[in-house]
Order: sequence, then structure tokens, then C-alpha cells
Amino acid sequence: MSNRGPVATHRSATGIPSGRLAIWWVVASEIFIFGGLISCFVLFKLNGTPGFEDASQTSVIAGAFNTFVLLTSSLTVVLAHAAIERGDRKKAFNFIWCTFGGGIVFLMVKIYEYSGKIISGHTITENLFWSFYYTMTGLHALHVIGGMAIMALISFDILKGYNFQRVELIGIYWHFVDLVWIFLFPLFYIANF
Amino acid sequence: MSGAHAHPNYVKIWFWLVILLVISTLGPMLEIPAITLVTAFGIAVVKAFMVAANFMHIKFEKHIIWFMMLMSLTLLGVFFFGVAPDVMQTEGDQWIDCIADNSCVEQRL
Amino acid sequence: MSEAATAEQTENHAEHHEELSFLYKYILPVDHKMIAMQYMFTGLIMAVIGGFFSYVFRMQLAFPGESIPLFGIVGPGEYNMLVTNHGTIMIFWVAMPVLIAAFGNFLIPLMCGCDDMVFPRLNRLSYQIFLVSALVLILSFFVKGGGFGGAWTAYPPLSSVPEFSLTDWGASLWVLAVALEFVSFLLGGINFVTTAMNARAPGMKMMDIPIAVWFIVIAVILFMASVGPLIAGAVMLFMDQRIGTTFFLPSGGGDPLLWEHLFWFFGHPEVYVVLLPTMGIVADIITVFSRKKLFGYRTILYTAFATGGLSFVVWAHHQFVAGIDPRMANVFVVTTVLISIPIAEMMFSYIATLYGGSIEYTTPMLWALSFLVAFLIGGVTGIYLGASAVDVYFHDSYFVLAHFHYTFFPITIIGMFAAITFWFPKMFGRMMNETLGKIHFWGTFIPFNCIFLPLFFLGLAGQHRRIYNYNHFPDLATEELQDIRVFATTSLIIMLLFQVVFLYNFFYSMFKGEKAPDNPWKANTLEWTVPSPPPHGNFKTLPTVYRGAYEYSVPGREMDYWPQNMPPDEK
Repeated sequence: MSNRGPVATHRSATGIPSGRLAIWWVVASEIFIFGGLISCFVLFKLNGTPGFEDASQTSVIAGAFNTFVLLTSSLTVVLAHAAIERGDRKKAFNFIWCTFGGGIVFLMVKIYEYSGKIISGHTITENLFWSFYYTMTGLHALHVIGGMAIMALISFDILKGYNFQRVELIGIYWHFVDLVWIFLFPLFYIANF
Repeated sequence: MSGAHAHPNYVKIWFWLVILLVISTLGPMLEIPAITLVTAFGIAVVKAFMVAANFMHIKFEKHIIWFMMLMSLTLLGVFFFGVAPDVMQTEGDQWIDCIADNSCVEQRL
Repeated sequence: MSEAATAEQTENHAEHHEELSFLYKYILPVDHKMIAMQYMFTGLIMAVIGGFFSYVFRMQLAFPGESIPLFGIVGPGEYNMLVTNHGTIMIFWVAMPVLIAAFGNFLIPLMCGCDDMVFPRLNRLSYQIFLVSALVLILSFFVKGGGFGGAWTAYPPLSSVPEFSLTDWGASLWVLAVALEFVSFLLGGINFVTTAMNARAPGMKMMDIPIAVWFIVIAVILFMASVGPLIAGAVMLFMDQRIGTTFFLPSGGGDPLLWEHLFWFFGHPEVYVVLLPTMGIVADIITVFSRKKLFGYRTILYTAFATGGLSFVVWAHHQFVAGIDPRMANVFVVTTVLISIPIAEMMFSYIATLYGGSIEYTTPMLWALSFLVAFLIGGVTGIYLGASAVDVYFHDSYFVLAHFHYTFFPITIIGMFAAITFWFPKMFGRMMNETLGKIHFWGTFIPFNCIFLPLFFLGLAGQHRRIYNYNHFPDLATEELQDIRVFATTSLIIMLLFQVVFLYNFFYSMFKGEKAPDNPWKANTLEWTVPSPPPHGNFKTLPTVYRGAYEYSVPGREMDYWPQNMPPDEK
């Protein structure tokens, strides 16, 4: 395990392993990206821009269900981390794939939502609310897909016996993706005033 | 090596997150904007905190990570509150409509 | 992982690696030094392109309507494309890759005493994404309509509506190129920060880190924090352009001012992102060639933190005349003027370092000193612009242009030459020719002042920016003003010609220069303790650090320098 890569990768003057430190920097920079978009959305909304009442048109049930799915997938990925800390590779592998499955369910609900909305005429160019809706949930979904791809790769690594620490790292990333959704949900589904 | 650290009861945290989700979904049904604000966004903040502290282990992490996240959110706040007056306030109360009262030329504006 | 040096941590596995093929050594390297070279050469090539654009548009300004050699006629569309891409290239594809990516990559592992970056393969990926971004930008020049012409600030609706910008795909490719460059530097930045935080040699405390490393790391943190909202904005702009959303279109409920805020919230910290690495490099060069301890290490560090923090609350000084609330403008006037204080403090500290030192006027030192002079003028003129009442007159005039060239040129060009001439021996194992270096220096510095000093006066005369032909404005088409324009252009041509001296020196010395010893400048930092150029893995045995980076002329020592890794009892 430590023959891969330079000595630099395994040093830790701060006491935090470099992989974990790096993933937190990723989270910090992503806070600005999603935070930037959310700020812009909130600015327009508070300004009374026409179109923002359309939050009532999104399906609260779909949104709440997706929130539940992501929360549960966050649970499974952290249980994967707990499992691999105990050394239980098989269980960690299974938990990772449960998380992956949660991602699949989330995406399917989103596809269902998108097609439903587009068919009823709510396209991305209809008004600013829908522009933000598709852009932000779309960007979020891309992050979900990216996370799923990476955790799939990691799951095979840990089964072969190496890079156990990466379970925690993809977990932190996945929790962040969940966090963004925790804020997107009220903005796009609930706050319909 | 992350080393052994105390684990919160993940399932218990998840359970409370789901309860909060249900409350935040039901809140708007009362159709009182103030309550919706609290239940929807207030709860979102609480949920975010719980996920960050427990699932992401910020509670058990060295403080520098917490500091990084706090700084990021603070700067985001600077962005929001710096831009808000400009984007949101289109009616300025310091502007003089000199075109309407033909005083532009006099004032050389 | 404890900080104590363990056998595993100091023993260098690099020596066990086999010789790499050409593909894995030069095209797909993971070694930070080679990746640094890739960034540097890409940046230098882009500098040639950006410099060529400046030649063309300055020729147009001096001889309006004439066909420019090597280009042709410059109409308004071409002019806009040239100035837009000159600015964009110089900031994103020259300043950042050379100062931050190339020198950050080269120096951080060496100065911190480790064998590579913490994530070498991520490092390689960062460069690959960067290369793609450069190619996408170049591609934008060749699509129908030509390259984007909406200024590097890309304000919508000009930049978001193809009917207005007249550069449909050029505009979108421009946004895409910039977005890719941002992603590349985000990834690279994470690598730099993690390496500097975690992979330092045993014994190297935070206050022992050389200022060059500190400043590059702070710059990269500033970048990571400020670029997020602009990435959000770039996504929105791209969608406005291609899909027809109306994020920035008032007719659809959007707000063009929002883009301005998103852009400048990044744009202002960005100038400190490029400034800090150069200031760090200059700090190191000045100390070495004064043979004196850096004055006020901690002060300089804290002022860098202050600058970084303040840089986030000054951005609206770019929008004083955009119709923002004047009360908001007042706030930003105060913060803008305040931010000059920490930077002035840094300059004072550098001057205090020089005072009483044994100055050696080598080429790198000349560049470092000229940086102080030129940047001083740039910074002071910025204070004028920071006063909103004055800015009402000066906004969008050549005064602004001269101001930011008196800051950006020292940062990018002078900083680049200072760093290259200083670390060339370490990078290539040979010495550059001092005489040619000095000729190049004077042939660049004097013409630089001849180009931009007159431009302040053009600004005072009311000449506005981004106009392709001043003959259309009778007030500005006077003989005196046109003479100034011709003078500036002539100086530019002279300056560009002198760069041939540098190119000759650079390439000749690379192959035929005098072989460089490990430590030709007798400096303290760790990169000078390894052979020139450093082998794969950098250090035979990874060093332990015993002191700070600036122990020069320590009383009681025979040598006037004291390398960081020399054990305390050794003479």
C-alpha cells in the first residue's frame, strides 16, 4: 500500500491524512459553486421575480421521496465506512452498492420528474424559476453520477484489499451531495410562496 | 490512517433526519409563510448540521476542517449580502429624476 | 502519522524506479518538475500569442485603418476580439500557469523537502485539462464569427446574445475554455494546499516555510474560494448563450448586474491570486541577493492573510459607474483604500530587507527590484481609482488601463522573468548568460515604461478603452494624442524585439550554458541542496529542517548563509 506513490503522499504534518484533507478542500470549493447558484436563486426569489411561484408546480412527494433516498444512501455509505474500519470488506462492499442503488433510484425519480414537467410545458426556458430548477438539479445530478462512478471503482479496490481509506473519502463527498439536496429540496419544492 | 474514533449511532441519526424531513414536508401544508420558513429552511439547516457533524465526522475531526467550512460559508455570506442590495433594490431613493423636471441641463448632469 | 522522521519517511524509494520511456517522461509525466515544465512552456507559448495580439491592436491604434503586417486590416470586430483575448490569455493562460502552476509545481515539493506532490496523478490530470482549455481557446479563433469579442469581463447581454456579440460559437468556446481552466486550477490548487499542509519535511514548522511557498498556497486558497460563484455564473452564461435561458436578460426577468457581481467577486481576488506568487518570489530573490534576513517574516505573512481576506470585500469598485447603490459604493471605497495598506506594508518590509544589505545586482535581482518600482506606481494609481468620485471620470478610460498594466505587467512579465532567471540553474542545470540577461532586462523595463506611462495621460485626456479607431472622436484625434499612441506602439515593438535576446539566452543556455553547481546563488532554501537539475525523487535522503529560510549573515557564522537542513552544530 505504501509503495504506491511518493513519500509525500503518506506524510501528515497536520495529523489529517492527505486524502481526507484534499476531499475537504473539494467540499469547500463546491460550497462556493452550489452556494453561488443558490444565492442567485434566492436573490431573484426575494426580489419577487415573476415565475418563482412555480415552486408549487413541482411534486413535493417526488422531492421528499428523493430526500429520503439520499438520506438513506448517506446512512449506507457511512455504515460502509464503519464496516471497513472493522476490516469487514464484504459488508463494506455491500453497503457501497446499496448507496449506489440509492443513487440509481434518485436519478430515476429525477428522470420521471423532468419528463413529466417538460411534457406539461415547463421547459428550461419557460421562466427563471424553471431555468434555475433544471440547471441546479441537473448539476446536482451530474455530481450524483460522478460520485456513483467513483464509489463503484472504490468498491472493487477494497474487495481486492487496498485503499480502504477511500471509502471514508467518497463518503464525505457523497454526504456533501446529500447536503446540497437538503437545501435544494425546500427551495424548489416547498417554498411556494 | 484515520485511527479509531468514537462513532455516533448512525441509524439513530438517520431516524431523526427522517423525522425532520417529514416535519419539513408537512409544515407548508399549514400555509403560514412564517412557519414554512422555519420548518423548511430552519430544518434544512439543522439536518445539514447533523449530517456534517455526524456522518462527515466534523464533530470528531481536527478543528481546522471545521474552520475551513465556516470560512467558506462566511465568504458565501459576504457574496450574498454584498450583492443583494444591488440586485434586489431596483428602486433607489437617492436618485433624482432630472429628466422629468428638466433640470438635467442646469445641473450639468 | 507523527511528525518525527521515521526510516520509511526519509528513505527515498525513488532510486528504485526504472528509467521511464519518452512517453511517460515528457508527455505523460507524474513528476512535478516535468509537469512544471509543461505548464511553463505552454504558458510561454500562450504569452507569444497574447503578445502578438497586443502588437496588432497597438499597431491599429498607432496607424488606424492600415493593414497590419502579419495580420491584415483591423476592423471593430477584429479589434474587440484582439483586446478580449489578449486580456484573457495573459491572465488565465500566462500569469496563472507560469507563476502558480509552473513555479508552484516546481518549488513546493522541493522547498518543503519532499519527493513530489501528494497527488502526482491528479497533478498530471490538472495539466491535461489545462492543455485542453488552451486548445479550446485557440479553437475559438477559427470558428465562424471568430474569437469572442466581448472583453475579458464578458458582460451580458453582449456576451450572452449572439446577435449582439456577433461571435456565436466563439463566445461559447471562450466560456468553455475559461471554465476548463478554472477546473484545472481547482484540482491543482487542492494538490498544492494539501502538499504544503501535510508533506513538509520533519522539523519544518509553519514559520519555516519560505514566503514563496506560503504566498503561492494562499493565492491558490483565494482562487478556490472566489472562483465558485463565477463557475456558477459561467454555467448560467453558457446556458443563456446556447439554450436561451434568461439568467442575465432583463426581458426574461434576469439581471445583467448579477453577472457583474459574480464576475468581480472572483475578478478582484483573482488579481491577488496572481500578485501573491510574484510577491513571494520577489521576497525570496531579494533576501538572497541582499545576503540579509527577510525583514518581518511574520508581518509579511499576516499582511498576506489580511490582503487575502480584504480582497473579498472590495470587488464592487469595478462597478462604481454600473448603477450600483452609491451607499454601497461608499463601503467599497473604504475597503479598497484599506487594502492598499497591507500591500504597502509588504513593500516596506522588502525595502527594509534591502536596507543595509550587501546587494548583488544579478539579473534576477534587477527584475525583483524593478518589480517594486513598477508595482508601486501601479498600486498608487489604484488608490485614485478606488475613490468612487474620481472613478466616475476615469472608469473605462486609459487611466484604468495604464493602472492595471502597471500592476499586471510587473506581476506577470517581470515576475516571470525574475523567477525564470533565478531558478533556471536549478531547473536546467546550467547558468544563463548574465550580460544577455541584463540587456534583456533593460530592453524590457525601459520600453515598458515608455508604453504605459504616457497612457495615464491619454486617460486624463478622456480617451476611453476598447475603441478601435480614435479618428471617429474629434476630441481624441488630435496630433498630440496620436503622437502619444505612436510613441507607445513604437516602444512596444522595441520591447518585443528585445524578447528575442531572452529567447536566445534561454534556449542557448539550456543546452550550452555553463554547468550550474547545486547552489550558485548561495541560498538557504531546500531546493538548493539538491543537484541541478534535481533527480527523480529530488532528495537522496529526505531532509530534516532545523531553522527558517532566511538565516543570512547570521553573526558568528563564517558563511553568510545557513541552509535550512544543515544540522545546528555543523559549520
